Amino acid sequence: MPERKKTGFFQNNSQLLIPLVAIGLLLIFNLIRDSSFFSVNIGTNNDGYPVLQGNLISILNGASELAILAMGMTLVTAASGGQDISVGCLAAIAGSVFVKVLRAGPITGWTVALGVVLCCLVAMVFGCFNGTLVSVFKIQPMIATLILFTCGRSIAYWINGGATPTVGSPIITAIGSFIPGIPVPTPILIVILVGIILSIVFRTTTLRLYIQSVGINQGAAKLNGINPLKIKLLAFILLGACCSVSGVIGVSRLSLINHETLLLNIEMDAILAVAIGGNSLGGGKFNMAGSILGAYTIQALTITLYAMKVPSTDVKAYKAIVIILLVILGSPVVKDAFRRLRMRSNSGRTSIGKEAA
Amino acid sequence: MKKLLALVIALVMILSVSLALADGIKVGIVNNPPSESGYREANVKDFEKVFSAENGYEAKTFYSLKNDEQLNAATQFITDGVDYLLISAAETTGWEKVLNDAKEAGIVVFLFDRMIDCDPSLYAAAVVSDMSKEGDLAVQWLLDQKLDEYNVIHIQGAMASDAQLGRTGALDAQFEAGTMNKVVQQTATWDEAEAKKITESVINAKTPFNVIYAENDGMAKGAVAALDEAGISHGVGKDVIVMGFDCNKWALRELLAGNWNYDGQCSPFQAQVISDMIQKLEAGEAIEGLNEKNQIISEEKGFDATTLTEDDIATYGLGE
Repeated sequence: MPERKKTGFFQNNSQLLIPLVAIGLLLIFNLIRDSSFFSVNIGTNNDGYPVLQGNLISILNGASELAILAMGMTLVTAASGGQDISVGCLAAIAGSVFVKVLRAGPITGWTVALGVVLCCLVAMVFGCFNGTLVSVFKIQPMIATLILFTCGRSIAYWINGGATPTVGSPIITAIGSFIPGIPVPTPILIVILVGIILSIVFRTTTLRLYIQSVGINQGAAKLNGINPLKIKLLAFILLGACCSVSGVIGVSRLSLINHETLLLNIEMDAILAVAIGGNSLGGGKFNMAGSILGAYTIQALTITLYAMKVPSTDVKAYKAIVIILLVILGSPVVKDAFRRLRMRSNSGRTSIGKEAA
Repeated sequence: MKKLLALVIALVMILSVSLALADGIKVGIVNNPPSESGYREANVKDFEKVFSAENGYEAKTFYSLKNDEQLNAATQFITDGVDYLLISAAETTGWEKVLNDAKEAGIVVFLFDRMIDCDPSLYAAAVVSDMSKEGDLAVQWLLDQKLDEYNVIHIQGAMASDAQLGRTGALDAQFEAGTMNKVVQQTATWDEAEAKKITESVINAKTPFNVIYAENDGMAKGAVAALDEAGISHGVGKDVIVMGFDCNKWALRELLAGNWNYDGQCSPFQAQVISDMIQKLEAGEAIEGLNEKNQIISEEKGFDATTLTEDDIATYGLGE
């Protein structure tokens, strides 16, 4: 019995193998290519404060929005067995609301807080809309969220009415760049914060179990007294909240919102992060750490390509090649093949063990 | 029966008289939606301002990014019997039939901002920008700075878009001629955050550079954010020259503050030029100043941070 438990634990973590190997390979590749790729040093920014600099920081910092969205996407994927393709648009809407609030008056700590709360609420309402379509009306998640995917950026435009409204303020810069005196980019801190909040929720509540059981077998979950409607709705609302956080980071990075390009096409990367993380896109069991690692893998790949100065027209092709490899490595067929290999070697070992005994 | 006929005739007469009284010059405008870009927003506002009731126009407008929807709208405008049809086409093809219909109906067609692949006789005039001229202006300005060395970070817009091709061409010529060094040439597809990442990667690689040539304001802002985080000075008389395009008001204010050096613009203001031509036609005069393709090339602007004034921002700045 304890042995089985061990394999269970191992299998659960083997999910992390693919993204870990991928990141590892990328890092080794970069190490061979240019060992200075990893140098992290402390410099001073134009405001005169010490800040961390280097490619590693760029990767961690640049993937922040994606990592947060990947966390939310994991929940939705697990609960509904489908993906939300409107996260980028929803982030743009949330960002627009944030900007709208900030532009209403002088920017103070309070207006920023109000903006964050309001945009979070708005994004949760939209998440609720998506969730209702999926849970109550039983529409395929991809189709249901296609609606917001199509019209989301128009809505974002209506909210502010201008092409690229700007919101300059030291507080905004502190959110999107560095808090004076703290050398770690704030977006990285925000990702850690969101991660901590989610893990506390998972540790103190039965949410994880409920989401997984709804994702694995909705009927069985219902018979056990779990309301699948509520769980799915909750997953989409949580994803909405994640979108708003990403939107706020995206806006704060540049103190401006371009509703057409803010987190453009990030939905695809977010879904990819979930897939690279070894999660089944058909729902059920999930591993949050895998998705987050997946997000950093994608960003590491992008930064590597930039550092190699791959011609702009070729970047996407290279990215696609690596991603195809990753997805195939993580596919059930290849995984099964690996498992069979391992079982064979394991059984070989145990039989040897028995003989010795 | 006679009474009825008389009534109908009377009604028709009243109606036609009232119509004749009410109308100014009927203009149908087919454009792309203002949400497309800051450029388009300014463009649409410009047309709304010029083709207003106060200026003696009765304008109908239709906005779409889709060519087929635009074609339908144009056909509808022809059926409605507008006097002039103003078109900024989403795509360059598929317009010949509609333009022929307009010609047969005696409607004068003006093209603005975007060309259509068709015989130049099908439109009275096309008011367009010469995208390559915009890039030429900017690169010429850069050459005039007489730097000892040009190490350029070139951040491109969406590949193969008109604006990207025009803004890239002139700089590519310099790279090929060897007068400027290409530190990096990457597309950020108009995405500010991507521009920041590209600049960061150059900074992290510790490759020296002294010019940022971003193909729009947003991407220039992204690049500058990376400079700020890395503690690299930029702007007038500083280490790195920052160049953007579009001339958003906020970007011009960066110029005025000396944080950026140059901002180029492809003029979105074509309405007045077209209105002037319409007034000439109405007065029975001929339109002058067209080239062999019936085009009028808009004058392009480029602003230097050292000579920019508040007035320029108010007049030429886009947005708010």
